Amino acid sequence: MPEERSILSRPSSESGSGLVPLGRGARGLRGVVERLDLASAPANGIDSYELERRLLEIGFVEGARVEILHEGFIGRDPIAVKLDDMRVALRRREADAVLIRPTETLR
Amino acid sequence: MTVEVAAMSCRIALVGNPNSGKTALFNALTGSRQKVANYPGVTVERKEGVFDTPSGRRFQVVDLPGTYSLRARSPDEAVTRDVVLGRLQGEARPDVIVCVADATNLRLVLRLALELKQVGRPVVLSLNMFDIAKHRGIAIDLDRLADELGMPVVTSVAVRRNGTSELLEEIDRLAAQGLTSSRDEWQEPGPDEVRAAHREAERILKIAVAPPARPDSWTNRLDAVLLHPVAGTVVLLVILFLMFQAVFSWANPAMDGIKAAFEWLGGWVNATLPDGVLRSLIAEGVIAGVGSVLVFLPQILVLFFFIILLEDFGYMARAAFLMDKIMGGAGLHGRAFIPLLSSFACAIPGIMSTRVIDNRHDRLATILVAPLMTCSARIPVYTLIIGAFVPRNTVAGFIDLQGLVMFGLYATGIVSALLVAFVLRRLIWRSAVEPFIMELPSYKLPDPKNVIMGVWVRAKVFLQRAGTIILSIMILIWFLSTVPGAPEGATDPAINYSFAGMIGHALQPLLAPIGFTWEIAVALIPGLAAREVAVAALGTVYAVAGGEESTGALGATLAGHWSLATALSLLAWYVFAPQCASTLGVVKRETNSWRWPVILFIYMITLAYGASFVTYHIAVALGGG
Repeated sequence: MPEERSILSRPSSESGSGLVPLGRGARGLRGVVERLDLASAPANGIDSYELERRLLEIGFVEGARVEILHEGFIGRDPIAVKLDDMRVALRRREADAVLIRPTETLR
Repeated sequence: MTVEVAAMSCRIALVGNPNSGKTALFNALTGSRQKVANYPGVTVERKEGVFDTPSGRRFQVVDLPGTYSLRARSPDEAVTRDVVLGRLQGEARPDVIVCVADATNLRLVLRLALELKQVGRPVVLSLNMFDIAKHRGIAIDLDRLADELGMPVVTSVAVRRNGTSELLEEIDRLAAQGLTSSRDEWQEPGPDEVRAAHREAERILKIAVAPPARPDSWTNRLDAVLLHPVAGTVVLLVILFLMFQAVFSWANPAMDGIKAAFEWLGGWVNATLPDGVLRSLIAEGVIAGVGSVLVFLPQILVLFFFIILLEDFGYMARAAFLMDKIMGGAGLHGRAFIPLLSSFACAIPGIMSTRVIDNRHDRLATILVAPLMTCSARIPVYTLIIGAFVPRNTVAGFIDLQGLVMFGLYATGIVSALLVAFVLRRLIWRSAVEPFIMELPSYKLPDPKNVIMGVWVRAKVFLQRAGTIILSIMILIWFLSTVPGAPEGATDPAINYSFAGMIGHALQPLLAPIGFTWEIAVALIPGLAAREVAVAALGTVYAVAGGEESTGALGATLAGHWSLATALSLLAWYVFAPQCASTLGVVKRETNSWRWPVILFIYMITLAYGASFVTYHIAVALGGG
């Protein structure tokens, strides 16, 4: 599936459900936040309850529109995301907790 | 319950998202009538000021750090919460809360406003930067917004004259009708409460705010370049290079001027007053001490001018984005880059600029490694020793050996700073890797008045708080190096008979394993005042006239007294040793505790001793003894 490959920078285990972890998206990926999946939260990070609240507080709520605008230089990390009408920067490891349903891709 | 607060002035707290122009609003309200202090026991600054309304009422206002929620994520953020809730000891609960919003970006602040409503104090929502919102054609139905939120809504343009008049009127109106307060019903919101509040904010936004007719296209266009993996990195490096150059070269003439002025003043005192301890205290203690505080001011002004300019423009978040991966490898936050780079000029402004880092551990780690960056005060020491001991050979046909050693010293500083940071953040403070989740604000033209005010506040903080600490340490060092004076008919330099001389001699057995002579040990004591002072101190101890001006003569003397191993060991010492009292003073001021300067001193002196020990013994083994 060439389209799917183009929006994913890394293969995803969630591709069966049609959901993509934001942290695995490439530049141009667009979608809507479907839910937060804290099970995949990084083990050496803050606890998942805290991470969930931080993501929600900056605006990663269910139904929010996202688009990956920019990627970092090294390892394409962190990413800059358009989130509704704001812009947010975050590392891929935290963005992995945001599951999105892709709408269309720009490239 | 209605409380009349006619007699005493009433207290106002400013709360808002980061980048909402809250500090600009605070500056517009208070002008120069503000003061900066620390809350007890934490690194958070307490910014307070007073202002009068047109009706003649006087208000006290406190500016709280930008936040997305009252919920505390760190001990520092707990201060914001506790001040708003009136839970902080010695801090009266505010009578009115002003929620400051960026009128062009309301989504998140509406949720904060809803949260603030539960605090039980009147809340006013001030739509700041309303001129930009109007310019972009964002239609905000103010009455509808006020109805839905259940709080008065005013507009403000902090950077314009009279831009705060609506807010002042509203505060006046609230004070005139008698301030009401109800019970504090705030509870820390869990994920579901955040979701619910967000939905409510979304609903209000839909009713009261129409999306921009002319969206901000500048931010997208600029980001296409400034966040581009290659172009963005190049631009960042150019900006950093210019900043670094400016801190070095713009500040230098002013620093030379300050140095010259204080030397002249000291000389004048020496010529005017009769010889004695009092003259020495005034000339070499107080005047030289004040001079050594003021000499940092030009660098601090230049650096903070750039930092505040870039912050207000919205670029600082982008710089953090670009540098996050590199700094993150050492366990530091992307924002640690600016303080560490500035520390190449001087660790003092570098450490002061760590306040752009929010997380406490990230900030402390940056403060602790900043002095390892090779500051400009090490250059005279390095040039003296390299010039005297390293031959002017070329290596591999084109590399100058002296330059290579200099480069090696810089590189050692950088690598060890990153290693120490790594150890601190990954091994000691490993509890949790702080996530990097940061809003990238829209670009805005900085307001010159606001930039100048910000630079002025930092200069004042440095002079008042760090300055007093630095001055007292300088006078203590003067005392140690001067008292007791040389006895009648003494032949050795006077410093040998002083406390510094005694301490130096006492320390000598301890320093012998790293190859230091007793003269070096003595020179290290006055050398605590600042690294470059060691050059003059060595001149004094070896009784070479002219000191700093005649480094050639001093170099020749040293070459006659020291082995190569000793010289290399001293170089290694200066890469690591905390030979700078001002750094310790500013760390005390910035961390608001003596604990961190003590830890800094101990870890740096341990590294210095270890590095010198290894260097000395390898050099001796290779025949440099």
